[in-house]
Amino acid sequence: MADTILFYIFAAFVLGGGVLTVTRRNSVHSALWLIVSLLGTAGLFLLRQAEFLFAVQIILYIGGVVLLILFVVMLVNLDETARLRQFNKAWWVALACAVVVGIEIWYVLNRGLETLEPGEAPQTAATIEGNTERLADVLFSEYLLPFEIASLLLLVAIVGSVVMAKKRI
Amino acid sequence: MSQFYTSTDHFVLVPAIMLALFGCAVLLFDFFLFPEPRQRKRLVWFLFAGEIFTAAGLWRQQAFLASEGLPEITAFQGTLTVDGFSLFFNWIFVAVSLLVAIVSWRYLEIEGEHHGEYYGLILLAQCGMYFLATGTDLITLFIGLELMALCFYVMVGFLRERKRSNEAAMKYLLLGAFSSGLMVYGFSVMYGLAGSTKLRAVAAAIASRDAWDPVVFLAMATTAVGVLFKVSAAPFHMWAPDAYEGAPTTVTAFLAVGSKAASFAFLMRIFLGPLETARPAWEPLLVLVAVLSLTIGNLAAITQNNVKRLLAYSSISHAGYILLGLIAGNATGLKGMAVYILVYAFMTLGAFLVVVALRRENLIGEDIEDMAGLMHRSPGYAVLMLIFLLSLAGIPPTAGFIGKYYIFLALLETSHYLLAALAALYVAVAIYYYFRIVRSMFISEAVAAPPLESTVGLRVALAVTGVLTLAIGVYPEPFLRLAQTSLVR
Repeated sequence: MADTILFYIFAAFVLGGGVLTVTRRNSVHSALWLIVSLLGTAGLFLLRQAEFLFAVQIILYIGGVVLLILFVVMLVNLDETARLRQFNKAWWVALACAVVVGIEIWYVLNRGLETLEPGEAPQTAATIEGNTERLADVLFSEYLLPFEIASLLLLVAIVGSVVMAKKRI
Repeated sequence: MSQFYTSTDHFVLVPAIMLALFGCAVLLFDFFLFPEPRQRKRLVWFLFAGEIFTAAGLWRQQAFLASEGLPEITAFQGTLTVDGFSLFFNWIFVAVSLLVAIVSWRYLEIEGEHHGEYYGLILLAQCGMYFLATGTDLITLFIGLELMALCFYVMVGFLRERKRSNEAAMKYLLLGAFSSGLMVYGFSVMYGLAGSTKLRAVAAAIASRDAWDPVVFLAMATTAVGVLFKVSAAPFHMWAPDAYEGAPTTVTAFLAVGSKAASFAFLMRIFLGPLETARPAWEPLLVLVAVLSLTIGNLAAITQNNVKRLLAYSSISHAGYILLGLIAGNATGLKGMAVYILVYAFMTLGAFLVVVALRRENLIGEDIEDMAGLMHRSPGYAVLMLIFLLSLAGIPPTAGFIGKYYIFLALLETSHYLLAALAALYVAVAIYYYFRIVRSMFISEAVAAPPLESTVGLRVALAVTGVLTLAIGVYPEPFLRLAQTSLVR
């Protein structure tokens, strides 16, 4: 019961933060609302006994990524973009599409839930060796290959940002 | 070696290791060995070496499969699967990367953006394609797709001084990220159904359910959006004309051919693997997408005056034809898809290479008017372009005819008569807009323009694509056998 209530609280954090992130005009406010949204996700991880992901979410995403975003926002002069109005008036098309897709997903999930048997409940941390150890275990055995390819992905991202941003290369 | 990295794992991974290794080597040596811009064309040799080692790895895999009579080798506990299908696509990727690389340096020098990173990104993009064709695990497929896409986002925006190129890269990045998000949502639902990311386990979980199961439908629909975006099928095609036009032409060629072939490999792995049993649910959806692609691609191409944009719309319509093979779904249809992708690769590449040849100092050469009287100025290029355009339109004896023949045959075999009639109708439309280029080349008065200067690489690449486009059309048997091997699964 307490879990369910907590779930809805954290879910409200995620959704509310997400909506405010994209609707705020001031980029600093957007970044701050993003923190709320990410905190909600961290809470959801904790509810599923994924302590490692919870910690990573807070340290890396909130502590690292959002901080970087804030740096960029403050370094780059965004006052002008804040004053500009959106030049296409197609927001209602987007809203209509979003509503249709939302209803579809809701309908499909509602219909499908009865055929979807709940998976095994996660074992509590006391009974097994702990979330972090298990995560490390699968990351370096079963998911070794995707883990290694991800490093190439990061390399390309770094090279790409240098190519795009630097005046002379 | 440890139990997590067996010799089989290594054997399967060798081509990807070579691509990544040489990709990184290019980035390093560009900095240490070739500080002068004009030395950079030597980096092509690194790419050559990388492709030779990759090809050697692929060749050993192929020889092993043939000698042992095995249908496939799996590695990393089912994460990678080498079979006829993956080898078929990987050979296409090797050929396409090589052909694109040898024409690039001159073009990029004219554009003033000749950097070593370009070759590194080609190799790393091909590494992503390797995982798309070989991967049989949702996470590996996704990371492979993103690796390839990320390389393309950068390469599309490689002309940093040009607004169009930047705009194209930005659009492609934003829409690509959005579609990837939807796709990964579909993957998460599949994982939720199966409790495993391995395609085989997902297939078993989906097979145990009703074809119209709502949760399966949700997973299928969202995954389909992401995949169809990558193959630029309508209505997810919006990025393609802008990205194709804004990107450097050599990158456009690589994007139109390499990225599309890899995405189709990915699409076939997903739709013929885990989603095969949900066919009743996705078939009507794909019929809609294929018809829309044919309609939008062919009708929008009529009004284009920019050759790159025209070819972009034509590539959207080709995606529609290839999807028709999947809709037919019998052995002929799947073989037709493989043949079509092979044929498409060479004829589209060839057409873009002619556009590359038209780029000179102070002359962009991308409009249909720029081709006016090409026959009188450079008959060789005009005739080659004619061959590619005939092939794109699907007129015998060129390769395009063979591709379309098998697609139509498959449609008739599975009694999709209406679709076959519609597709045939659009061939007529396609002939009209391809022949606008032909008319401009052969009938219009020559405009005064500096002569075309060609490089050895360009001549070799045009000869290879031209000869293959004709050869597949005249003597298709070996290529059909090759496509047949790609069906073994």
